[in-house]
Amino acid sequence: MACIEARGLRKAFGTTIALDGLDLRVEEGRILGLIGPNGAGKTTALNAILGLTPYQGELKVLGRDPWTARDQLMRDVSFIADVAVLPRWIRVSQVVEYVAGVHPRFDRAKAEGFLAKTTIKRASKVRELSKGMVAQLHLALVMAIDAKLLVLDEPTLGLDILYRKQFYDSLLNDYFDRSRTILVTTHQVEEIQDVLTDLMFIDRGRIVLQCSMEEFEARYLEVMVHPDKVAAARALGAMHERQVFGRSILLFDHADREQLAALGDVRTPSIADLFVAVMTSQGAAR
Amino acid sequence: MTDFPVESQVVAPAFISAPRRMYWCVQRELWESRSIYLAPLFVAAFFVFGFLISTFAHRVEPQEIEKPYDFAATAIMGVTFIVAVFYCLDALYGERRDRSVLFWKSLPVSDLTTVLSKASIPLVVLPLLTFAITIVTQSIMLLIRTAALIGSGRSVATMWNGLRWFEMSLGLLYHLLAIHSLWYAPIFGWLLLVSAWAKRAAFLWAALPPFAIGVVEKIAFNTSHFAAMLGNRMSGGEQGALYTATGISMPMTKASPLQFLFSPGMWIGLALAAAFLGAAVWLRRNRDPI
Repeated sequence: MACIEARGLRKAFGTTIALDGLDLRVEEGRILGLIGPNGAGKTTALNAILGLTPYQGELKVLGRDPWTARDQLMRDVSFIADVAVLPRWIRVSQVVEYVAGVHPRFDRAKAEGFLAKTTIKRASKVRELSKGMVAQLHLALVMAIDAKLLVLDEPTLGLDILYRKQFYDSLLNDYFDRSRTILVTTHQVEEIQDVLTDLMFIDRGRIVLQCSMEEFEARYLEVMVHPDKVAAARALGAMHERQVFGRSILLFDHADREQLAALGDVRTPSIADLFVAVMTSQGAAR
Repeated sequence: MTDFPVESQVVAPAFISAPRRMYWCVQRELWESRSIYLAPLFVAAFFVFGFLISTFAHRVEPQEIEKPYDFAATAIMGVTFIVAVFYCLDALYGERRDRSVLFWKSLPVSDLTTVLSKASIPLVVLPLLTFAITIVTQSIMLLIRTAALIGSGRSVATMWNGLRWFEMSLGLLYHLLAIHSLWYAPIFGWLLLVSAWAKRAAFLWAALPPFAIGVVEKIAFNTSHFAAMLGNRMSGGEQGALYTATGISMPMTKASPLQFLFSPGMWIGLALAAAFLGAAVWLRRNRDPI
């Protein structure tokens, strides 16, 4: 069953078009990264999926219309929208008690277990915790909810490297299994390259690239070209070219690995490099 | 993967009843706004302290208990009304200001439940809390006075016999529920609506429209019906007028509850309150978060 299915999803704020006919299908058990420049429509798409904003077009999340069936849907969907949304006045013990009080799928013991691995004190107020600890607390709460879909909007923004790494490690080790689906947006793409199963680039309310990570690895190759073979490499029609330490790095879509190996060192590009390549070619088409 | 059935997690979906969810939502409000109970407790403690000093500093007459009683009730009630006003103005505005609304909305609690839980603070929690605190305060005052009288070797019979304890308490409860909850409901509803709507300066947005309507009416028609209506609402209507004459703890025999509860003013007010709350729910639901 598709976890999220959208057809012709549109949303405009006045004359600004945030979502311009988005078609999207996310299968159950995937970890999808939604990557896009600022103002590309990522948050609007997430808000539509979470039933926080009305939209035009067709959208089904876990078989339900998120706008009309939001209250039931939220039993099966969790989300972390941004880092700092836990109320600053609440105590750690209170927020655990509250979620246990209102959420039918919340496993309190599990949350306590996750918190026990941190240095967070039960009596502390959220305002007294560091940014990293607040993220740990929120993650502990969310991971203790037996949800089918987890949506993360810039979950590690402003956290230091240790916390960011730990965030995705716990998510993969303690939470993810093949029956859950995770949808994540972030600008820190390097960190999620090994986490994702699927990748989607979005720009100006439209999807500009959508593939699984297997496809990504099979399709895109990057060559650091020997200086004397640059002309030959360019003749193959690269998507994008950039210079690093005076050497040309060319990114190819659907190229022959053998052929490229003759020109220089071949490797799989990082998501960030592909993103830049795709966005620049988009920009050229603008 | 069809030939490889993934064992689905059969955690029996626990059920959370609506009252239980409501209880936790109200509890949440009490955690956030501790002034709901701290402010009246503080006033009560202050009052008891003052009463203690005055009792032992002066030679008191046995029958003089009803006046301080009434004064204590009025003071506690006054402070809880102020708390209620500020609570309502912040209730749906504060969560958007600090963006925590995104966290609350990530949980399976409907906007209706949220708004009703917030409305229950001024409409149910504060009146009952005021009643409880006032009764306890008055009991302590009675004990202090009794101790003082016994201490100075006088009889407490006059005071105890003259005290219409039950009648006064019942009158107080009626006052709190009829006026502070039901009659004031449209005021609290309006404040909650402004709180759901305002992007900043909720207090100004709450006060300006009524003020503007009054001024415009005065200029355009040289009448002041709107202002008079507001004044009537604030002062508690016909029942309020009675209280001004007799004091808060007026015995029930002097009140006319049925007449008041079925007066058009009461029902128009309740209908307005429902409309304001409905609009607040709609705003919280339909507005883009933050």
